Amino acid sequence: MKAVITVIGKDRTGIIYNVSKILYHHNVNIEDLNQTIMQDNFTMLMLVNCAKMDCTFEELKAALRAAGESIGMSIRIQREDIFDAMHKI
Amino acid sequence: MPLINKDILETIKMIERDNLDIRTTTMGISLLDCVSHDPKVTAQRIYDKITKKAHNLVKTAEEIGKEFGIPVINKRVAVTPISLIGGKADKDDYIEIAAALDRAALELGIDFIGGYSALVHKGFTNNDIAFIDSIPQALAETEKVCSSVNVGSTKAGINMDAIKMLGYIIKETAYLTRESESLGCAKFVAFANAVEDNPFMAGAFHGVGEPEAVINVGVSGPGVVKSALEKVKGRSIDEVAETIKKTAFKITRAGMLVGNEMSKRTNIPFGIMDLSLAPTPKVGDSVAEILEIMGLEKCGTHGTTAALALLNDAVKKGGIMACSHVGGLSGAFIPVSEDAGMIDAVICGALTFDKLEAMTSVCSVGLDMIAVCGDVPESTISAIIADEAAIGVINNKTTAVRIIPAYGKKIGDVVNFGGLLGKAPVMAISEYSSEEFIMRGGRIPAPVHSFKN
Repeated sequence: MKAVITVIGKDRTGIIYNVSKILYHHNVNIEDLNQTIMQDNFTMLMLVNCAKMDCTFEELKAALRAAGESIGMSIRIQREDIFDAMHKI
Repeated sequence: MPLINKDILETIKMIERDNLDIRTTTMGISLLDCVSHDPKVTAQRIYDKITKKAHNLVKTAEEIGKEFGIPVINKRVAVTPISLIGGKADKDDYIEIAAALDRAALELGIDFIGGYSALVHKGFTNNDIAFIDSIPQALAETEKVCSSVNVGSTKAGINMDAIKMLGYIIKETAYLTRESESLGCAKFVAFANAVEDNPFMAGAFHGVGEPEAVINVGVSGPGVVKSALEKVKGRSIDEVAETIKKTAFKITRAGMLVGNEMSKRTNIPFGIMDLSLAPTPKVGDSVAEILEIMGLEKCGTHGTTAALALLNDAVKKGGIMACSHVGGLSGAFIPVSEDAGMIDAVICGALTFDKLEAMTSVCSVGLDMIAVCGDVPESTISAIIADEAAIGVINNKTTAVRIIPAYGKKIGDVVNFGGLLGKAPVMAISEYSSEEFIMRGGRIPAPVHSFKN
């Protein structure tokens, strides 16, 4: 299963480190990544592959949310399918 | 997939800011095989079947909601119209069945269970009469059970005897639930042209033409449509229609994805997607606000019916393009108490009962969640249902009445239900009598355009 991680908040050091640390820890592979500043907000999107993940989706979601809270960013993870379904005919 | 910032962020904004959600995932369950010669056995079979079939409904819906990052607000069950499966049940037996439905709903942790229903558009069976008689007590004694009666259809005409009964049933329900603002009436709806696969309450039931079990999904998102229309301010109506259509497409796709996933995990076939703009009392989640953003100073002013017709039609078109199995009611709901913009419009006098009735000729359902004085005569309630049924039957659409003659309340009072049901200002209706018309009873013949064979 592929998922999209969205990180939004004020730019600071260690964002990629904090997110990728969790992904590495749970054996989730990063397939694509981009980042931009939108309306003064740092926005990072990551496409990840959860095929070999060693925890449940819910646990990964909770770990990312907690990491987001600790660095003052909002971090979400959603299955990729929802974006495809809504934006492609 | 290449990461397309715009699309991803748009989806997130729809969910986080504009309240896009999966309003309901409703499992339809046939109870036809629960019929027995002994109503007690029937009640037990019903409880057993529902709790077995839907045992993982809530858990699965929540898991899927988390994975896709879109909230699934309500988890519900709809069953075969109970009047059909009573066997030789009398009024008390039906109440026992209602209690079994309620117990099953509590056990499953679902929000509501629909299908305490009867289909009497052409006439009553003996069971139907005992069943309808049981509705007020059933609604007063249960927490999760929702009830509906279909009183007319384009093919059969309008059963005026049933409509006469319902005036009494609704008043009695209001009285029996008087301690909770006559809340029982919010769980009852009178239909014309009821659909068999509607996932929304209070009118959901599992029609007899439906399979053994089915998953139907209802998506909402008035806030998303409003937000999209803010970007085409001042442009022509064509662009408004196009924008609504495109937005409806995206919303429907999100629902279909959830529906298909629910179906896969519960091993129950996917039935239909119902794309209904269903407001909640939250500001920014209102159908009235969509109409206002189109350029109306207040919902209810002249032009409101045209704006609503355009909205309803564009929503359907977007939904149909997005999903092959669109069904239910699909369109725009206009429940007064559940829509912050409607409540405001009623309080400031812009939206009257009569204008609401006109709006129901182009919305997807009907007069919904409207509070009137507690002392309104039964025959007036019946006449309101008859008017609404006539709009549905003649125009070949579903119409419904969910009206609350709130016990002890007068014009100027506000009936507060709390939660998703919101609060309803008591509305003025005609003080002139419809008594003689209703007392005639009988059946309004089917309209000429029903003869299509």
